[in-house]
Amino acid sequence: MTYGQFLLVAVLAVPALGALAVATVPRDRAARLVGTVAAGLALVPAVLLGVGDHNWFGYGPSPGVRPWHQLDLPWVPGLDLRFHLGVDGISWPLVVLTALLTLLCCGYTLWRVPAGGGSGRALVALLLVVEVGILGTFLALDMVLFFLFFEVVLLPMYAIIAGWGGADRRRAARKFALYTLFGSVLLLVGVYTVVAAAGTADIVALTGGAGLSRNTQLAAFTLLAVAFAVKSPLWPLHSWLPAAHTQAPTVGSVILAGVLLKMGTYGLIRVAVGVAPEGARWAAPVLGVLAVAAIIVGSLVCLAQDELKRLIAYSSVGHMGFVLLGVATLTTTGLQAALIGNIAHGIITGLLFFLAGAVKDRAHTGALDELSGLRETAPRLAGLLGFAAVASLGLPGLAGFWGEAFAVVAAVRRGGPLWTTLAVLAAVGGALTAAYFLRLLRRVTHGRPSPAVDRVGPGLAAAELTAWVPLVLLALAVGLVPTLVLGYATGPVEALLEVVR
Amino acid sequence: MSATTLLGALLPVVPLAAALVGLLLPPDGGVGRERSRRTAAGLGVAGAAVALLVAVALLVTLDRPVEASTTWVDLGGLAVTLGVRLDGAAALVAVAVTAVALAVQVYSIGYLRRGPHDDVDVDHRYPPYAAQITLFTAAMLLVVVSGDLILLLVGWEVMGLCSYLLIAHDRRLPGAPAAAMKAFLVTRVGDVGFLLGIALLGVSAGSFRIADVLAHDHSTGMLTAACLLLLAGVAGKSAQFPLHTWLPDAMAGPTPISALIHAATMVAAGVYAVTRLYPLFVQAPVALAVLGVMAAITLLLGAFAATAQDDIKRVLAWSTVSQIGYMTGALAVGSPSAALFHLLTHAAFKALLFLAAGAVIHGVGTTLMSRMGGLRTTMPVTFWCTAVGLGALAGVPPLAGFWSKEGVLAAAESAALDGTGPTPAWVGWLVWLAGLLGVAVTAWYATRLLLRTFFGATRIPLAHPHDPPAVMRWPVLLLAVPAALLGLAGFDHGFAHRLLFPTVPVLPPGEALLVHLAPALLVPVALLLLGAGLAWAGWRRDPAADPARALGPLRPVFARAFRLDDVQHALVVRPVTALATVVRTGDEVVVDGVVEGSGRGAYRLGGGLAALHRAALPRAAVAVLAGALLIGLAAVLIGAGA
Repeated sequence: MTYGQFLLVAVLAVPALGALAVATVPRDRAARLVGTVAAGLALVPAVLLGVGDHNWFGYGPSPGVRPWHQLDLPWVPGLDLRFHLGVDGISWPLVVLTALLTLLCCGYTLWRVPAGGGSGRALVALLLVVEVGILGTFLALDMVLFFLFFEVVLLPMYAIIAGWGGADRRRAARKFALYTLFGSVLLLVGVYTVVAAAGTADIVALTGGAGLSRNTQLAAFTLLAVAFAVKSPLWPLHSWLPAAHTQAPTVGSVILAGVLLKMGTYGLIRVAVGVAPEGARWAAPVLGVLAVAAIIVGSLVCLAQDELKRLIAYSSVGHMGFVLLGVATLTTTGLQAALIGNIAHGIITGLLFFLAGAVKDRAHTGALDELSGLRETAPRLAGLLGFAAVASLGLPGLAGFWGEAFAVVAAVRRGGPLWTTLAVLAAVGGALTAAYFLRLLRRVTHGRPSPAVDRVGPGLAAAELTAWVPLVLLALAVGLVPTLVLGYATGPVEALLEVVR
Repeated sequence: MSATTLLGALLPVVPLAAALVGLLLPPDGGVGRERSRRTAAGLGVAGAAVALLVAVALLVTLDRPVEASTTWVDLGGLAVTLGVRLDGAAALVAVAVTAVALAVQVYSIGYLRRGPHDDVDVDHRYPPYAAQITLFTAAMLLVVVSGDLILLLVGWEVMGLCSYLLIAHDRRLPGAPAAAMKAFLVTRVGDVGFLLGIALLGVSAGSFRIADVLAHDHSTGMLTAACLLLLAGVAGKSAQFPLHTWLPDAMAGPTPISALIHAATMVAAGVYAVTRLYPLFVQAPVALAVLGVMAAITLLLGAFAATAQDDIKRVLAWSTVSQIGYMTGALAVGSPSAALFHLLTHAAFKALLFLAAGAVIHGVGTTLMSRMGGLRTTMPVTFWCTAVGLGALAGVPPLAGFWSKEGVLAAAESAALDGTGPTPAWVGWLVWLAGLLGVAVTAWYATRLLLRTFFGATRIPLAHPHDPPAVMRWPVLLLAVPAALLGLAGFDHGFAHRLLFPTVPVLPPGEALLVHLAPALLVPVALLLLGAGLAWAGWRRDPAADPARALGPLRPVFARAFRLDDVQHALVVRPVTALATVVRTGDEVVVDGVVEGSGRGAYRLGGGLAALHRAALPRAAVAVLAGALLIGLAAVLIGAGA
């Protein structure tokens, strides 16, 4: 086993063993500590995966996926299932983001377990299981394995919402589970459509179409795209999201928005576009129109929204619209914009949900009508909320800018009446995004303090700052040095598009 | 990297560093309030002072345009660079920006101190305020030196953010948050166009570096579209019709902030950005013609709106709108150097006017001119400084504004009469005539402001106004110097040479092209005397009454700036809000309704089927038999078929 393969296994094994350890430690606080340590240990191999030589060596025509490290073991020989993992410039930033956000969430749980009945120990264990599922999804290079990891996430996330969520949590959790399960069914059918037609489930071999007939590709892309559209979520398949976010505990929302949605966009790029390029080209205009509809509709709904967490949840619909627009252009610029938009959204919306949770915990309400004047009573919290909102509305110089602006640039580059119109509408959506975030800030932070906000003290707990500061710094760092994310992505994206064209 | 480019790079980096440190200071102070306030003020002043030194050093060392850049990020073959592009104009504007910023930082120390009119719980939260000014300065300097369109956009939008933060700073004004939001949002709407314009240019040139964009041979249609789109952003930032509505409302910000926004940053950025890309605009005369029409409308709109305001800051705000109209007018008739010259003199006299107005407001505790009057004797320093500023604004020779405005008018005249501009002659006529009319109106409202504030009898007998303390007096006094004399720099060969656009060939020796001494100079002077004389005559008849009463029925229309705010509200704000409500309802009822409905439908279907299965024994037995019969029948039929 090489060093890289060891890292690949370690990234998955550490949180999995951590979850087991948490379950066996009897005392609650000690168990949470063990879980946090495990999450911290998982971050190490995740980061190390990206360090080192990234050249690809091989013979014959270069494939569309050129992993830096890979591990390919037979798993169920009878069914020709393989345990095939690999990492490259497209997946690595997401892997690191996942490991980081899980660590921050576990650390946060060390300080505060959300009210609602469940023990902190179980919450940490579930967070670690979710982490294993998400990381596995990003690392899998076998379609069946991808599907399995994709599904591992579902039930623990259901349990997190249903166990530690708000007043209406059971309904929201049920809707989340059933709706995304519906997407998973389509994913399963799509995966087997491809596997049956191609005779292999190896993503490396399949990328580029691998001799699939046009009709198979169209069918497979439709199935896979709808499945991933549910997860991303793409309008109009988004309606599970607001309920789940509003009811989920803070850490649940952070993981959900920060990385869970990224499984959809990642799957779209890696699996759907890679495996069925013909279908992707065919469906690109539809995808683009839906993405722009998501941007506009998401922003307008936010503009009329009156609950803090719900507003942020809907903002995700708009932001993922920009990511999907980037993917839909099927250009290098667009895919790179999608990748950095993905990461930026994970960082910024993660931060926004942390802050919204902090506001709700203190004021005991999330209704915008009952919140005002936060900058008078808690200037630091208001300042951080302002920073996150400004980052999220795509201020140049912060992380959110690159994904949004270059999705527009990519659409302009694509040219033609359709894509130019889409670019204009997406840019208008950017202005609407500013409108609703400014409205949010005006309602929550400005003015005289409302009775609910008057109770809020100015202090922030050290644990809160520990959880938020890395995200603030990352939003700034990715904004100023976008090569942090994109530096390694150029090669893989070009390789992918080479075989797709 | 040469020393010059290093200076250029340091220009935004120094204040940025100071701003980031300043933002980390405790915002409300608490126990160590006075100490954190001192630290913040020191940091702000130091940041601006060092930036000013860097800018001056740059101005001195820069002998020819230089450029340096390094790749920032490469997105699919579109290069985004981190780089500076330095020329004489950039260095001069940088000096103006940093000088005004320094004056504002020093002045703010005195202005944002708890005064006798404040109630007990006022807390000015100085550290974030000072840091935001510094960030604002850094952003503007980034726009000034940037050699890349995306980098320029960074500074451009960070300025929008800083204006938002600073306008909302004063927590005692209930209108401030709304004004701040309006400022950010209106400029952001313009920036939709700006981003698309940049995208078009970048995609066409394959790079966002300004040098590459200028060197590329763009197709005419694309160029016209891109320039028109860029103008939307310029209109937003530089408060040009129809996106000018945010600027007067922005008066809710503290007065030093108004000075900063109006004089050196923000509104200057739009004009400056056009001069940066001027070779492109020259190739797109349609865009320049649109700019000329916009300029003429804005120029007169702002001037007329200024005549009827009672709030001293709003008079100045509308005068800014009008003066920026002169600058964009100069751009439209093909004279970026005249625009930049006016930009520089305007920076001096408008900063002076706002800071002096701040002293007045500080002294009498109100912004309304109807409650001032007779301050000449009690506030002599402020009076003389305001007089110099207003003289420069109106264009009294030999003050700064006279020469620069004359440069604009001369450019428009020659475009109108000789067709020298890049646009058709009618654009020249439009700008020229609007500019001349604007001179008279400007003189009228400047005279009115001076008379209403400083002459006549006092209308607030109880107050004891006096000149401001030294920390506020000195910035005002020092700004009066360039406001008075900067116009004469137009005769200086070196100064003119820096402002003249690189496209202008070698200057004939001995000729200063920024200033024209010709008989045509007498026309604006005559119009100036006419406007000032009318205002004086109106005031003379009844010194207690407002000369604006002469406007008659037009007065309320001018006071509300032709009710364009209402138009904007009716045409944009309300439809978007209504649409948002409709879309939200549609999303919740229709899109989610289908989902919930399918869930409920499945549940009901299941319930129905379950009810069918809960049957009594006879019916169940019949059903089983019927089923068996059906299967048997099917088996027989299929068997027979096979």
